[in-house]
Amino acid sequence: MAKFEISRRKFLTGASLGASGIMLSGCDAFDSQLSVGSGLRSFLENANGLTYRAQRLLAGRDALAPEFTEADIRQPQRPNGVTAPDDDTYKGLLANNFADWRLEVTGLVEKPLSLSREQLQNMPSRTQITRHDCVEGWSCIAKWTGTPLSLVLDQAVVKPQARYVMFHCLDTIDRSLSGDIKYYGSIDLIDARHPQTILAYGLNGKPLPVENGAPLRVRVERQLGYKMPKYLYKIELVDGFATVGGGRGGYWEDNGYDWYGGI
Amino acid sequence: MESVARSQSAADPGASASNDKTLIYRQSRWTRLTHWLWAISLFFMLLSGLQIFNARPQLYIGKESGFDYSNTIFAIGAENSDAGPRGYTEIFGHRFDTTGVLGWSGPAGQETSRAFPSWATIPSYYDLGTARVIHFFFAWILTTTLIVWFVASTVNGHLRRDLAPRLDDLKRLPQDIVDHAKLKFHHTREYNTLQKMAYGGVLFVLLPLMIITGLAMSPSMNSVLPFLNDLLGGRQTARTIHFTVMVLLVAFFVVHILMILAAGPINELRSIITGWYRTDPPAQDDNTAERSA
Repeated sequence: MAKFEISRRKFLTGASLGASGIMLSGCDAFDSQLSVGSGLRSFLENANGLTYRAQRLLAGRDALAPEFTEADIRQPQRPNGVTAPDDDTYKGLLANNFADWRLEVTGLVEKPLSLSREQLQNMPSRTQITRHDCVEGWSCIAKWTGTPLSLVLDQAVVKPQARYVMFHCLDTIDRSLSGDIKYYGSIDLIDARHPQTILAYGLNGKPLPVENGAPLRVRVERQLGYKMPKYLYKIELVDGFATVGGGRGGYWEDNGYDWYGGI
Repeated sequence: MESVARSQSAADPGASASNDKTLIYRQSRWTRLTHWLWAISLFFMLLSGLQIFNARPQLYIGKESGFDYSNTIFAIGAENSDAGPRGYTEIFGHRFDTTGVLGWSGPAGQETSRAFPSWATIPSYYDLGTARVIHFFFAWILTTTLIVWFVASTVNGHLRRDLAPRLDDLKRLPQDIVDHAKLKFHHTREYNTLQKMAYGGVLFVLLPLMIITGLAMSPSMNSVLPFLNDLLGGRQTARTIHFTVMVLLVAFFVVHILMILAAGPINELRSIITGWYRTDPPAQDDNTAERSA
């Protein structure tokens, strides 16, 4: 009890000092403490882990995202991020209508794959009308058609030590001193095997347009838009993120977004 | 629990006037602790929330955001005019010039297009990812504190004794409104009717609604509670409610501070820091005696 009194007093003193600091210097008071990797930010990021575990616990493996009806599709799917990749490789593939494009499945698999668009489209497909939620705050409902990722993973036979699916993309999202950065991102095997997780090649009954990620993009319906990479060309099964980008599991994650992206 | 708290605090220097009948122990440690945790959490949630809003400074009604059609009811933006860029705020189609604060703001000569100004957001520069880290960190603190407060207040009687509405409150309401309008305050152990309504409204309506609409915006929680957005009118309506509740909480905060200043800030602050509150001397006239009965 006595201990509690002291800590409360310290807490109140600290709180009022903190509050007066804010009053004096405006809201740039915290800026220096909030860049990726700084102490305070890393501490606050602990809550991301708690949020992730809470969502896993509550949502379980197979709870489905809400699906909508044709009547709910009132507009084209709004594109975001890169909408016309300027990469020579991509433009070459597009010029040939993706006839030379292949989806590579590599990493911790027994049987690496190289699938053409036709091979993917000849596998069983799933069509779903779902709501796309962007981290920025907007939503858009559209109909997506694609190959369930679980079928591709089964065909490649995932090794037991694999924990994540890393998506590699053809579009340059950023430029750095060490060269162009192509979009990349990851999900864990629970979401990879979720029934609504598909590699989409169709949008609203038509082939996937360039601005929405042609020829292939990911749909992970229980997460935010930045978790669904576009312009996909390689799926790599990994046991960690250390070897890719900044090591936080994705381009946006390396820039400070939370890895799970479920809220 | 209550008696333990009383005797502990009675040993406090602040309680030296214990034979002073007007000084009473009004706020338990649970009320005081949770009050300050809310104050801190709400401060950070507001400023990080405004930053998050800046990423998409429009509010919509419905399941999705209209891009090819309009279901926008609120927007903050910037536009060019003959006099240079102007900031505007649009509410239900009515446009207001809010240059300098909303839409277009910053130091003279360095104004930028941003919905809420940098002094109202954390971080001060545009950083959605960091604002989300802060927002969800304090969301856990706020929610946990609300649960702790509810359990503690049920156990120690705060809910039943101080917040539960009584028939008497209804009778007092007209007089209470008149007293508040005249800034005439009675310092009694009990909360007055308007106080009960304000505190009850925040704790049992606004904060739960904030948490529910927050969860309704989560695509992962939508798979657990798919009925939430159906009840609320769609994810974008939930987002609009979330924002509206924020405005109401800010309004509560402003009134709360004004009432504290008007009712005697030293006494009010002492009661929410130490628990001890100085009440009015025993009633001289019938009217007051009746009220504090």
